Amino acid sequence: MAVMTCREAINQAIVEEMERDSSVFILGEDVGLYEGSFKVTRGLLARFGETRVVDTPIAEAGIIGMACGAAMGGLRPIAEMMTVNFAIVAMDQIMNSVAVARYMFGGQVSVPMVIRAPGGGGNQLGAQHSHSLEALFLHCPGIRVIMPSVPADAKGLLKSAIRSEDPVLFLEHEGLYAVKGEVPEGEHLVPLGVAHIKRRGSDLTLISLSKMVYVCLEAAERLAEEGIEAEVIDLRGLNPLDMTLVMESVARTGRALTVEESWLTGGWGGEICARIVEDGFDLLKKPVLRLGGADVPMPYNRMLEQAAIPGVQDVIARARELF
Amino acid sequence: MTLKNDCFRLGASELMRIYRDMVRIREFEEACPALYSQGKMGGFLHLYSGQEAVGVGVAHAMHREDFMVSAYREHGLILAKGTPPGPVMAELFGKVTGVSRGKGGSMHMFDAERRFMGGYGIVAGHLPLAVGLGFSILYRESDEVVVCLFGDGATNQGVFHEAMNMAALYKVPVVFVCENNGYGIGTSVGRASSVEQLYKKSCAYETPGSRVDGMNVLEVYDAVRQAINRAREGAGPSYIEAVTYRFRGHSISDPGTYRSEQERKMWKERDPIPNFSRWLIDQGYAGEAIIQGIVEEERALIAKAIEFAEKSPDPDLEELWTDVYADA
Repeated sequence: MAVMTCREAINQAIVEEMERDSSVFILGEDVGLYEGSFKVTRGLLARFGETRVVDTPIAEAGIIGMACGAAMGGLRPIAEMMTVNFAIVAMDQIMNSVAVARYMFGGQVSVPMVIRAPGGGGNQLGAQHSHSLEALFLHCPGIRVIMPSVPADAKGLLKSAIRSEDPVLFLEHEGLYAVKGEVPEGEHLVPLGVAHIKRRGSDLTLISLSKMVYVCLEAAERLAEEGIEAEVIDLRGLNPLDMTLVMESVARTGRALTVEESWLTGGWGGEICARIVEDGFDLLKKPVLRLGGADVPMPYNRMLEQAAIPGVQDVIARARELF
Repeated sequence: MTLKNDCFRLGASELMRIYRDMVRIREFEEACPALYSQGKMGGFLHLYSGQEAVGVGVAHAMHREDFMVSAYREHGLILAKGTPPGPVMAELFGKVTGVSRGKGGSMHMFDAERRFMGGYGIVAGHLPLAVGLGFSILYRESDEVVVCLFGDGATNQGVFHEAMNMAALYKVPVVFVCENNGYGIGTSVGRASSVEQLYKKSCAYETPGSRVDGMNVLEVYDAVRQAINRAREGAGPSYIEAVTYRFRGHSISDPGTYRSEQERKMWKERDPIPNFSRWLIDQGYAGEAIIQGIVEEERALIAKAIEFAEKSPDPDLEELWTDVYADA
């Protein structure tokens, strides 16, 4: 298996799907000639030409609306938002057009498109370029929300997303683009909505996704030194939400902690905790707990930014509360 | 108003179909308020009465395989595109036989077969969708065209300008038709737009803009057909402002206090339907009896549509959960 970065794995998925299906094309700000602001789309323009690698004006609502119309017209657009914060500019299109079209029109139309958007903190980009906004989209039925943590999943999930008949919001973490891992060659598909146990453990279930998976894994190693064996689940996405695996794990451990980079208030951790309590109260040895980002706009200062994002020590401290 | 048929020289049968389609829409729309009062329909009800010459002129200039996308005042437009009145009425009744299976309602009709690609309720939100449909046509190297209709209020939204820019940039085969009926709900064009002649707004994008009398069905037809021909030949988008008037309120619940009686009367005299029927008679295309016969036939057709809607079942409660996603 080849070892590559998340960035390369995403690029490979796009290339393979564009080779496989001529209706797949990519559009977005600086995706072509500039090869992407995070260089994810490197080489695409040279390989596929301007018809299939479309540089757009800085007009996020226009981009998402155009992609939606193209999808209705039989194509499979991949629309890149430069950061997820910019996707808010297109929120009307995402929530009022993309997500609702199939239902609102009685099942007569599909919108098979992918919106790729990087996000997340850690690079001192401040309050308009580094939030984690997955909870906003989780709230809206009709659109899938996928968030890979490792290169192999980035490739396999993106390929599945491109083939999905549903619109998919594919959220990449800026802090993971350079992370390396083994990636299967060719036809590697990871189904949407299937969570993955990254570490086995019997005492506690840590539920996370994207970059927080790495934080949880490190915390789990430290907790093991204290005699606490934590199971780490990578949800790999929030819609579809794999509660089956979560509940199986909680049934074994009796303790659950959600760990998200997004704002704690109204975040996805609350949704998962509520479901655990609703469906598995009797399984619990302790009340469920949440850990999330500080409820503040992302600050610029490095120390403040680090304090706003859950770290290994935060996970450990919260986990200890369960014992 | 002067009706002229010297541009495309439409034959008698086409002219009579144009008349019939306008009558159909008027009969359909004028049947609705009573049904609404009886509680047969819910939600908003934006009627098209008065604007028929725009929708019908547009639809007749289109090929069957061309796409139409519109805002939420679209009963008349989906009928003009050829959808039978039964499923349109059934949608207003919220029935499962409706064009959107009772899940869209007055503002969200869709007919994939006839390429009516939806009525949308966020002002100007559907304009970029039209650009995308146009892009898909270029991508497939096909020769269809998209006609996108919207109201005067849409031209003040940011996304109108994004769509106009991107349409011109990618040279998509899209004809934008602004139905300027003078009011965005209760706010007149002059109180909402710094430019009152709305066709001028396309000049910033070097897209040809023109203004037509939206009460004159042949003038609308000529302008739209020329724009469609242009788009089909690969010359890109155009923008037509059709100046028109809605005879009823913004929606069924609108008392219309913001429009003067004198203004209404003036526009009523410009009613596109009697003006066109007089012209048909004057030009010798039809006699009074045929004109009246068409009205009666269409009235009967709408009565049947109401009966169809009435007798149709509501969606099963399970439909609540269908079509949220592709696999369910």
